[in-house]
Amino acid sequence: MRAEKAVQGAVGVKAVHTTTQRPQPAAEGRTRATLQLEDGTTFEGDSFGAERSVAGEVVFNTSMVGYPQTITDPSYCNQILVCAYPLIGNYGVTKPEQGLCRHFESDRIHIEGLIVTDYSTYYSHWSAQRSLSEWLISQGVPALTGIDTRALTKRLREKGTMLGVIRFGRDRIALCDPNQENLVARVSIDQPQLYAPPGRPKGRVVLVDCGVKHNIIHSLLARGVEVLRTPWDHDLQREKFDGLVISNGPGSPKMVQQTIEHIRRVLARGVPTFGICMGHQLLALAIGANTYKLKYGHRSQNQPVIDQDTNRCFVTSQNHGYAVDNATLPRHWRPWFTNLNDETSEGLRHDSAPFRSVQFHPEAAPGPVDTAFLFDEFVSMLGS
Amino acid sequence: MIVHAKKVLILGSSALKIGEAGEFDYSGSQAIKALKEEGVETILINPNIATIQTSEHLADHIYFLPITPRFVGKVIAKEQPDGILLGFGGQTALNCGLALEKLGVLHRHGVKVLGTPIRAIRDTEDRDLFVKRLNEIGLPVPRSQVATTVEEALRVAQEVGYPVMVRIAFALGGLNSGMCRNEDQLRLLAGRALSHTSQILIEEYLQGWKEIEYEVVRDSADNCITVCNMENVDPLGIHTGESIVVAPSQTLTNGEYHMLREISIRVIRHLGIIGESNIQFALDPESEDYRIIEVNARLSRSSALASKATGYPLAFVAAKLALGYPLHQLPNSITKVTKAFFEPALDYVVVKMPRWDLKKFRRVARQIGSSMKSVGEVMGIGRTFEEALQKAVRMLDIGADGLIGNHGLERGELQRELAEPTEHRIFAVAEALRAGMSVDRIHELSHIDRWFLYKIAHVVELGERLGDLGPEPLPAPLLREAKQRGFCDLQIARLTGRDAEAVSRRRRQLGITPFVRQIDTLAGEYPAQTNYLYLSYNGIEDDADLPIDNAVILLGSGAYRIGCSVEFDWCCVNTGRTLRQLGYRTVMINCNPETVSTDYDEVDQLFFEEINLETVREIHDRVRPVGIIVSVGGQIANDLALKLHNTGIKVLGTSPQSIDKAEDRSKFSSLLDELGVGQPQWKELQTLTDAQAFAQKVGYPVLIRPSYVLSGAAMAVASNDTELSRYLKRAARVTPQHPTVISKFLEDAKEIEFDAVAKEGKIVVYAISEHIENAGVHSGDATLVFPPQRMYLETIRRIRQISKRIANALNIHGPFNIQFIAKDNDVKVIECNLRASRSFPFVSKVINQNFIEIATKIIMGHPIEVIDKRSFELSHVGVKAPVFSFARLEGADPTLGVEMSSTGEVACLGNDFNEAFLKALLSVGYRLPIRTMLLSSGPIAAKADLLDALRLFKKVGIRFYATEGTAAFLKDSGIEAETLHWPLDNRKPSAEDAIRSGQIDLVLNIPKNDQEDELTNDYIIRRAAVDYNVPLITDRQIAMRLAEALSRVGLEDLQIKSWGEYEQEHDL
Repeated sequence: MRAEKAVQGAVGVKAVHTTTQRPQPAAEGRTRATLQLEDGTTFEGDSFGAERSVAGEVVFNTSMVGYPQTITDPSYCNQILVCAYPLIGNYGVTKPEQGLCRHFESDRIHIEGLIVTDYSTYYSHWSAQRSLSEWLISQGVPALTGIDTRALTKRLREKGTMLGVIRFGRDRIALCDPNQENLVARVSIDQPQLYAPPGRPKGRVVLVDCGVKHNIIHSLLARGVEVLRTPWDHDLQREKFDGLVISNGPGSPKMVQQTIEHIRRVLARGVPTFGICMGHQLLALAIGANTYKLKYGHRSQNQPVIDQDTNRCFVTSQNHGYAVDNATLPRHWRPWFTNLNDETSEGLRHDSAPFRSVQFHPEAAPGPVDTAFLFDEFVSMLGS
Repeated sequence: MIVHAKKVLILGSSALKIGEAGEFDYSGSQAIKALKEEGVETILINPNIATIQTSEHLADHIYFLPITPRFVGKVIAKEQPDGILLGFGGQTALNCGLALEKLGVLHRHGVKVLGTPIRAIRDTEDRDLFVKRLNEIGLPVPRSQVATTVEEALRVAQEVGYPVMVRIAFALGGLNSGMCRNEDQLRLLAGRALSHTSQILIEEYLQGWKEIEYEVVRDSADNCITVCNMENVDPLGIHTGESIVVAPSQTLTNGEYHMLREISIRVIRHLGIIGESNIQFALDPESEDYRIIEVNARLSRSSALASKATGYPLAFVAAKLALGYPLHQLPNSITKVTKAFFEPALDYVVVKMPRWDLKKFRRVARQIGSSMKSVGEVMGIGRTFEEALQKAVRMLDIGADGLIGNHGLERGELQRELAEPTEHRIFAVAEALRAGMSVDRIHELSHIDRWFLYKIAHVVELGERLGDLGPEPLPAPLLREAKQRGFCDLQIARLTGRDAEAVSRRRRQLGITPFVRQIDTLAGEYPAQTNYLYLSYNGIEDDADLPIDNAVILLGSGAYRIGCSVEFDWCCVNTGRTLRQLGYRTVMINCNPETVSTDYDEVDQLFFEEINLETVREIHDRVRPVGIIVSVGGQIANDLALKLHNTGIKVLGTSPQSIDKAEDRSKFSSLLDELGVGQPQWKELQTLTDAQAFAQKVGYPVLIRPSYVLSGAAMAVASNDTELSRYLKRAARVTPQHPTVISKFLEDAKEIEFDAVAKEGKIVVYAISEHIENAGVHSGDATLVFPPQRMYLETIRRIRQISKRIANALNIHGPFNIQFIAKDNDVKVIECNLRASRSFPFVSKVINQNFIEIATKIIMGHPIEVIDKRSFELSHVGVKAPVFSFARLEGADPTLGVEMSSTGEVACLGNDFNEAFLKALLSVGYRLPIRTMLLSSGPIAAKADLLDALRLFKKVGIRFYATEGTAAFLKDSGIEAETLHWPLDNRKPSAEDAIRSGQIDLVLNIPKNDQEDELTNDYIIRRAAVDYNVPLITDRQIAMRLAEALSRVGLEDLQIKSWGEYEQEHDL
């Protein structure tokens, strides 16, 4: 509805002035900056975020909606996000939220930088209170527009995910590989936190926060369970609970050995367990299966998966760079969901025990809500 | 559970009309391809002979018969199919299917409805049932109630509260739907609607709400996806067919997008749809409140658009789903690397714009609203919204070079145009911004979301920056920015006061050229082998491998419009197919989402792009083809011939100089004089005085027409000085760059079409067809007979000779068409087009010689088989009849004249003229038997001319009603008629009342003067016939032929024979 503050010296136009608008800043009014990939390719764009040079892993996402949810997803920690869809910023951003967020997946922007083709300086939506640009600037996140993100996407597809830097002026900034770090430790919480559902709880679920998206918490609470959100390395042996949920999170799953060990112990207790995204990979590692890095990952809202047991298909929201190797599943475990496009693992389950996991995001946000029923199934297993 | 159907019947959508156009040729063709791939024997019923689906290479058995329960039932009885597809022929097919089910025909013959079951179709079509079904799952529809009488409607409106929306069931294109602010308006609209249908819906009016659509696909295993969502730029209240539409939605948040997506899937599952469907929502612009507006349980205009917008072949997949395939077992035929179970991700934006032709109608209401009036559409693709929008504006071919910087575009007063939109609203938005009106104010008036307005403001602002430039060379950054926001060179030239060619030169010197981008359905996520391309200045690299060896570029027809529609698509598709057979790689340029020529598998490379000099040149530079074919896409393509040639591009076929010689009236006239060929006397217009002097000399009436036109835009006949001066003013405004010409108008003459293909100036094949109406009715509105039935042999001989001379003189090398006028064996040439004509598919199919295939071979210099001249001796007759969409064009005067006004056509075959003629009439909406007829008007001479016809009508038992004068005249001639009063006399019983009450089966009204603009009794009668769905005849010749046909042939005599059967008999 309202136009944002002009980012950089806007050029005045007589035609469209009113009290509620500002002129469109001319492209030449913006600061130029470059995105440089590890293979040496550079792309030049106009800044609409914070003017700060950063380094990260460059990944692309093909979603057409949902930038506020996407960029607050902790799984994007240390990644420079490329939006394949060209028009970004159209509906602005809602007001800031604290604590458990509704419109965001965490209380801050997690991406290291944002790359788009055509940022919408002007936004329009009843719920919007600021522009994407204002928000990015306030959180110190750089963003470039005017970049051919299709060309960039194709390059990442062909060469695989690459490291890269967004560079302003002559800043010196080195490449850095986030997958060599334990990123989960950076985005998880410090202290356990308990969330109560409306009404009398049907049971207690421990949610291991590897960088949890808030809608996972909402999805559980909405089904009447109490949620104990724990740090990634929290010792679960001392906790009493009816079910375990292992969340999504950034980076390589093999960097979080402590969590894998904790999961292994919980499985031995026979507690119903549900892994989501990185949680799926951690469960796989806990049972002795292997994971590997995908060439360029799945980051979109249109990933088709098939339930191997029922042949039912679902469209899912995904954001991951690693995958479970189905060939390494131990006895009594089987693939549950499989990706229809590339036949990679999308879920696994135990033959008899209530242990399951999915690579995609049943909590959606952003993306299709087709698989929300998995939370119902999980909650129904508690106490059984 | 794959259905083992061996033989499947597909219903087409009949003639193109407003609300039901080329999209159904596209969906039907895809369905047939899908079935053939499964080895299913296919039967198609569709009297629309110009369609691609009725081509010999598609369905196994093709019936050019009316899509009515009677004829379809007879085909079923004869062919005994085991399945039927109802979802691929629009509302026409769906309604016919419902009727067949109700009559028990399907059950009786054991024909299974494939895909969405009848019950689900009924649930979506009957508003009452629909609301009930949605209530079952607690989903909101607009507050509403059904009414079956006007009184009930008024009562419901009281409850719902004014303003109310009136919707009618079983409608297509929102016929007669409309907003009513008060009782008077409601009484009028409800009365009219209830004459077409038994029930209407009165509902709450959701002013300013967003209109959002989803295309949903579901298989028989309950897998369900949404292939595309679309947002109407125009708010609710403007029919989606009348709206500018973007895909994907631009102003929806993730929450809104996926809320509506989830509801779409829930609704489609609950209704039990199998295949493709479209669901429309109203979304509150100030909250997440929404209503479900409607569900179309069939392929639709929106689904065709969604297919082209995403690259997902919806109709093809829907046909496979109808056979029982689950989505995940079908490959994505575009990418070949993924499955049909997935939702496309776009990395571009598309903008669809409707094309209107309201100027062609006298008295028509110009406002756009909840009833559809547009006749075609275009789709612009870009990587910015501005790029896509400005492309779409140009693609319309209405003389606009973009949103701004246009010369001579009409528009009304700004505030009014914004609040009560006409077809010019988008230009009014730009103009209002330029004039300083705020985005908020424009939003208040138009309810267009501010996001779209900001983007238009950006175009306006850029235009001003261009306008501020001095004479210095165009600065590269600004030029690039303008190109990235969709400005064309001509537009930049206008805005900066330069010459277009200079701008192009500068741009190319600076290396600012577009990139070739691919539509791959996955936003680049997987390497897809797609051939679906567009151009964008927003990029740094090409996606496609260019140039292409041994390629031929084909120019398509652009937006369908009056005078240019599916027949040219048929020509393009056939040219493409032939070129492929000859071993060429085909490259199609077209921008119309409702065409088969833009289907992914018809050509080797498809550029969904503008058809103009700048764009074609850019594509040509990349593709580097053998040459370019301009003669099969209609007038836009043809007009480019000389321009392309002048830039050094190789135009294949007849030389551009010859094309120009035929198009340029003076040059062509001199040529005719040289050849000693007669032509109506004419003169190029200088001043009014000159014109009047000329008219005095040759004698009124005279015909006024601008040069370089198709379908006679701004043509008129004047019978005196006053009329002449009035029309001249009108004509001069249309094409100021071309001179206007007046010529002697011959009365009571015959018009003849000569369609042919020549090789190096020698005619190889030809077809002569005859107009039933006398000269003066535009050839596109005329009823055509082929082979001719009522022509002198001498006339035919002369036509052949003249044609031979013209072909030779112009060294024609490809398709061409000459229009002749003949009176008492005196033959004159009216015009000559060195391109395929509207009647090419008709004559090609009737004679079973594909003129386009022959033309293509000739153009490419390939040998052609010797054509057996005996095949010209046909043992059957084809009759082509026009279809008008006057019912949708509120207020338009339904008369025929020199301006074309039909939106489509059908053609039927018969063993004789009468049979073919009656079938054709039944296909365009005539109903038999005719028991009563209203006769009115016409000068005494015309009345006298009608006497023979009337006696024949009387003989077959038709009762006459007549207006006073006519009744008196009839009485004197010994014919009984019940007298009715003129509408304006306000006396009962009036002719209008009789029409409204359903007493009249056919109205015969011969206009006194087809140019009148006043509100006359005749007009009211004609309009009442259209509004109350009573067949109307306004031509004396048609009346005569109908009377003869009825007296010789009965309904039972109309044979159920397929095209193949006629051909077989012919071969014997």
